[in-house]
Amino acid sequence: MFASALIVFRETLEAALFVGIIAAATKELSGRTRWLGAGVATGVLGALALAALAGHISAWADGIGQDLVNVGILSVALVMLVWHCVWVSTHGREMAADARRLGSSVRQGQRAPWALFVAVALAVLREGAETVLFVAGSVSGSAGPTSGLLLGGALGLAGGVVVGVFTYAGLSRIPTQRLFAATNVLIALLAAAIASQLAKALTQSGLVERWSTPLWDSSALLSGDSALGAVLHALLGYDARPSGVQLMFYVAVLALIFAGTRLVTRQLSAARVYRSSSS
Amino acid sequence: MTSTCKPSLSLLFALAAAGFGLAGFTPSALAADPEAQLVIKNHRFEPTELKVPAGQRVKLVVHNQDGTAEEFESHALNREKVIPAGAKVALFIGPLKAGRYEFFGEYHGDTAKGVIVAE
Repeated sequence: MFASALIVFRETLEAALFVGIIAAATKELSGRTRWLGAGVATGVLGALALAALAGHISAWADGIGQDLVNVGILSVALVMLVWHCVWVSTHGREMAADARRLGSSVRQGQRAPWALFVAVALAVLREGAETVLFVAGSVSGSAGPTSGLLLGGALGLAGGVVVGVFTYAGLSRIPTQRLFAATNVLIALLAAAIASQLAKALTQSGLVERWSTPLWDSSALLSGDSALGAVLHALLGYDARPSGVQLMFYVAVLALIFAGTRLVTRQLSAARVYRSSSS
Repeated sequence: MTSTCKPSLSLLFALAAAGFGLAGFTPSALAADPEAQLVIKNHRFEPTELKVPAGQRVKLVVHNQDGTAEEFESHALNREKVIPAGAKVALFIGPLKAGRYEFFGEYHGDTAKGVIVAE
């Protein structure tokens, strides 16, 4: 029971932290709970479907099918998060400022951040599929009663959800003016972490050959298997033995978000100066 | 306003894509990699000690003959991959320095253990 609780908890942790951060980032939006719920539900349904198809998928492309699916999921999630950071968050700020100037409510000035909800669905989908495979496998493969197994799985899932709720509650204590900036940094780091996982999937599938040797080994210092290591893996993309490609993807995505955000912000303020001088 | 932003932004994305492309997509090289085989049976790996050549990339083929899924996991190799019941999957490891690299099956960690020896 304990073993199954631990495995399910570890699979759930990543998605739960992800959902907690996104929930805090979108706190001010009306109808956000419905959107977020729909994202999680879509992810769970997708996970069930992916787990049911896992046998077929794994046989694709000479045995690298799952990695290819992972590459697809991670790529889309990465584009969504980068898009959100560079485009939606900067324009959201602008639209909120406009709305305030015009005397209408901030909420009306913001659109549903669909990119984030797609990313949430994909995070739940990816982590969920592995959980479903594990639980289904242990139930069908177990000779004795399965109640302990299922109870363990439920406890692990509940533990993951609790972590997500605590993440949300902790972030929610940040004052609204600063919450936006804080969650934006967290989302940028999540994007970098996903980029690193994408690089790993590309190397594991054999699609990328170069720079696959680990750059360092910090497992003696902080094992990726430890509780802190697992949390930092989910939040920051911590890896005890990262390959060159992983680090390159990680840094490139952070640089892209930083440069893109600056570029868009500058152009928005230039446009504002132009508008106010011409009116 | 948006039209002035888009060209430079898409240029930025194009540069990023080019950067990622530099990582080298080399599917043509796949055929040249030496292969190593692992079998999962009764929640155990066979063989428990697998020799692979050091200094080059190796295609590891894992055949799960059990009726339940397993996750091949190795911290030393920085790899993890789920292998559904009855499935045969491939993953690429290395190039490895000579040495011993432990791996295990996450779903049955008490029995499914092994080590890859690069030499």
